[in-house]
Amino acid sequence: MNLKLKALTKSIWVFHAACSPCNNCDIEILDVLTPRYDVERFGIQLVGSVRHADVLLVTGVPNRKTAERLKALYAQAAKPCLVVAIGQCAGGGCMFTPSYNYIKPVDEIVPVAAYVPGCPPKPEAIIMGVVKLLKSLGK
Amino acid sequence: MKDLFYYLIFPGFLFTGALGIFASWFDRKITARVQWRKGPPLLQPLYDLIKLLGKELILPANSSLWTFLVFPIVGLAASALASSIIWLAFLFPEKGFVGDVFVVIYLMGLPAISLIVASFASANPLASQGASREIKLLLSYELPFILAALVVLIKAQSIKLGGLIFYQAVNGLGIGSFSGAIAFIVALLCSQAKLGLVPFDMAEAETEIMAGAYIEFSGPLLAVFRLTKFMMLVAAPLFLVGLFLGNVAAGPGAFLLLILKYLAVVLLTVLIRNTNPRLRIDQAMKFFWGPVTLLAAVAVTLALFGK
Ligand code: SF4
Repeated sequence: MNLKLKALTKSIWVFHAACSPCNNCDIEILDVLTPRYDVERFGIQLVGSVRHADVLLVTGVPNRKTAERLKALYAQAAKPCLVVAIGQCAGGGCMFTPSYNYIKPVDEIVPVAAYVPGCPPKPEAIIMGVVKLLKSLGK
Repeated sequence: MKDLFYYLIFPGFLFTGALGIFASWFDRKITARVQWRKGPPLLQPLYDLIKLLGKELILPANSSLWTFLVFPIVGLAASALASSIIWLAFLFPEKGFVGDVFVVIYLMGLPAISLIVASFASANPLASQGASREIKLLLSYELPFILAALVVLIKAQSIKLGGLIFYQAVNGLGIGSFSGAIAFIVALLCSQAKLGLVPFDMAEAETEIMAGAYIEFSGPLLAVFRLTKFMMLVAAPLFLVGLFLGNVAAGPGAFLLLILKYLAVVLLTVLIRNTNPRLRIDQAMKFFWGPVTLLAAVAVTLALFGK
């Protein structure tokens, strides 16, 4: 593993991209960042600007409004930037696919590196998803 | 040749950078312990830096490119120079030049100015919001900071950092007197604002204006800013130690004592940062121009009467 990749896996700065979720997934993400789970142990930190992000956490079903924004956000991020789809909604639209406002799933808008299923996924599941992603990066 | 060594390796760029990385870890670890967490591993700030160096550098389309690229480096160079001058005053107090206290004060203002210029150059509305807050903050804390430094200058009757440290080695610490103690509190608050730490971090309020002044910086440029912050985390507390808690760092024991004093000041800073919520910019200005400047003026008056 080269130095660049190693440093990346040791220091993941996440940016929270909420694409019209029901807000439950976001609350679970915030749970992950609380002292109880303490992801700063692994160098994971929440950042304010997408330019600083290494991982985009996408929640919710992108609709006509947010799909464009998500695309723009991904384009604005400094590469390498990975996308993690959190929750059933981001994983494919789930029960909202027949909705009038639905256009396409997240992974057809931006390349998704990992999916964390669940409605909402538990904090443990989110951490496991991120860890699996980091392990796959190492290979 | 020797000066270049001082500036680039010890005690300048390399040593200060390494100590700054350690101080940043110390800050995060203490913060974590205060919040009942375990906290990041020792090398975390270094990992962050290396990662940032390996990432893409994005140049915003409307930015004025040269300013955007050059000013972060100006700030880094200034902070490294400031910290090497301060270190050298501890190591060789008889050297140095007359007025180096003022040079250090000005040099420590440069990182803030370079951040302001660079973020205005990035042509982002939130960045200019952050930059304008940084300007106001700079205007509000510089006056009490200089007044607090003046207290020690009056006592020691010297405008050389080395002279101040000598004076304290002979006559007891600067913080020991009544005026010195007040001035130390003032200077501590000002250095908190200088470092952009929590009650005064409105320039990069990440939950409010999304990292503000830093919003457009990515990859290597962000790493430069981070390193500047690490260096300032060494320079500003060390300057306080020089003014108020100075000792001549001749032997290894004295040097260790110096580092311990420095870490104690950093610890105070971290505790302030963890026990206060962020102020609005107008509150911060009122705070610095009102009570803090008043306190500093009282301290200067007391010092003139020899208290
Ligand atoms: S996956 Fe479930 S919890 Fe998450 S945003 Fe969708 S509906 Fe809400």
